[in-house]
Amino acid sequence: MEETIKLQKQSERRGYWSRHWGLYAMLVLPIAFFVVFSYVPMVNLLLAWSPNNVFLSVWDTGWIGWDNFREAFNNPFFISAIRNTIMFSALDILVGFPAPIILALLLNELKMPRFKKITQTISYMPHFISWIIIGGMAPRLFSVNNGAINNMIYNMGGNPIPFLESEFHWIVTMVLLGVWRSIGWNTIIYLAAITNISPELYEAAEIDGASRLRKMWHITLPGIRPVIITLFILTLGGVMGADLSRFMALDNSFVRGVSDVIPTFIFRWSLLGNQFALGAAIGIFQSMIGMMLLLSGNWIVRKLGGNAFW
Amino acid sequence: MKQTKRKKHYTERTTTGDVFIISIMLILIALCILPMMNLVSNAFSDPMAIMRREVTFWPVGFQTGGFMDVVGDNRIMWSLAWTGILTAIVVAINLFMTTICAYPLTYESLKGRKIISFFIIFTMLFGAGLIPTFVLFRDLGLLNNPLVLILPGSLGVFNMILMRNFFLGIPDSLKESAEIDGAGPFTILWRIYVPLSLPSFATIGLFVAVGRWNGFQDALFFMAGASEWHPIQLLLFNIIQNNTAVDVADPGGQAQGMGPVLQAAATVVTTLPILCVYPFVQKYFVKGATLGAVKG
Repeated sequence: MEETIKLQKQSERRGYWSRHWGLYAMLVLPIAFFVVFSYVPMVNLLLAWSPNNVFLSVWDTGWIGWDNFREAFNNPFFISAIRNTIMFSALDILVGFPAPIILALLLNELKMPRFKKITQTISYMPHFISWIIIGGMAPRLFSVNNGAINNMIYNMGGNPIPFLESEFHWIVTMVLLGVWRSIGWNTIIYLAAITNISPELYEAAEIDGASRLRKMWHITLPGIRPVIITLFILTLGGVMGADLSRFMALDNSFVRGVSDVIPTFIFRWSLLGNQFALGAAIGIFQSMIGMMLLLSGNWIVRKLGGNAFW
Repeated sequence: MKQTKRKKHYTERTTTGDVFIISIMLILIALCILPMMNLVSNAFSDPMAIMRREVTFWPVGFQTGGFMDVVGDNRIMWSLAWTGILTAIVVAINLFMTTICAYPLTYESLKGRKIISFFIIFTMLFGAGLIPTFVLFRDLGLLNNPLVLILPGSLGVFNMILMRNFFLGIPDSLKESAEIDGAGPFTILWRIYVPLSLPSFATIGLFVAVGRWNGFQDALFFMAGASEWHPIQLLLFNIIQNNTAVDVADPGGQAQGMGPVLQAAATVVTTLPILCVYPFVQKYFVKGATLGAVKG
């Protein structure tokens, strides 16, 4: 009796392996990829606790404790990079996060399907324009010196606006360009969520005499609430990050005080300036905060009874 | 279907609300198109007209000299070709890797699936950052090596989850009946899943292609000493920042004031491939953007 159970178990195990070995074989290459390109660099983060050396590996240089972190936070340029990064992230969230939600609500109210389709297609386009290209277009439009918009303002008798040449205006321009690039594309997910709202809700509201705005506020918005929350958590995780190409492409000598963000700081100061240990320390700080924000956002959502990620 | 159902409970009359929405949309369309028109106008206008501040959204004193100079610049043309080749290679490798990573993770019965998923998804939560990656590439001999533009981009977590969601949409019964017929995972993947997932391949392939075509940072970080392998975005960045000049056919006579025209023309040439392909493949992008939201 025991023998047969044993044999049965053995053949089951053999069955499992004969069915699944191929799957493990497939995973070998992807797992090797993540080990090499994601996990080995994590080991290299140990550089953060070793004296700066551009040539030696961490194992040969020895350890110096938390000096690199101290050095980073004593560097006024790094402090200003943190401030700029958080400022742009906050502004991007404040303006750029609600914008596609509002646009999606408006698109949903558009009665002409053909026109709606064309609007959507055109509004997705900027998403595919790289920041480098935007950096090539921006001066032609915004410059005080022969930018198209300022030429129009000038022709109408107004004073030119230094969209790119004064720090305050540059910040506004950057945020609005960010909205321009993402607003259309980010409606896709909200519009998809809106089509999942039951039409009966709208019918019932109509019988009760609800106006269009009321339906938007009481049916459409609550209907897409889970998607909004999910995307908000994801956005939150990126607060300590910035798109390097955006800031490199639109940087100019008038705005250096506000244009240095953490990625550009690491690039200029650590990579070009051979301060590897410092760069690793900053990288740890940045990733830790990003992860904590993501996890705590997720935790809050779960406590509030929303759709958490995991 | 839901859309058509909903339509009927809107009143037929056009209200002020409708007019408001339509005007907003028209403004949006203008905001998306006018910057492009300005760029194209700069590329095809007489440099003197640009200097006289006459060019806004339509070419003034139409000329194609700047465009021809850009097309005749060997470095720009090579960079375009190289970026195209690079994009094709990266898409092919990425689709292969994404498939063999995503498919096993669709098996509920796979032991260790949760751990492997966590191992992969964790890399999305915590990245090592630039310097540790730079040190790795230095140790691997990938600095100033064109492979650095290919290998690190051969698998992405987000696209993998996307592909897995696509695969999960294929009914399990197909897999089960093939298994009863004695087919192994490779056969099932190749004979059933791949043919059924061609639209998903198009979606993910296009995401990867746009990413590679617009990619700039990796070359900036890791290819600084090998300008002959610079992809088009980095070359364009250097042209726009005046670090690099475009070769002009007639340096003496024509170059006067041509700088802005040449930069605009180079930007147009870089943007063109995406704008030409975009209308035809738009629906695949949209599909990918909505499916990414399915819980991973």
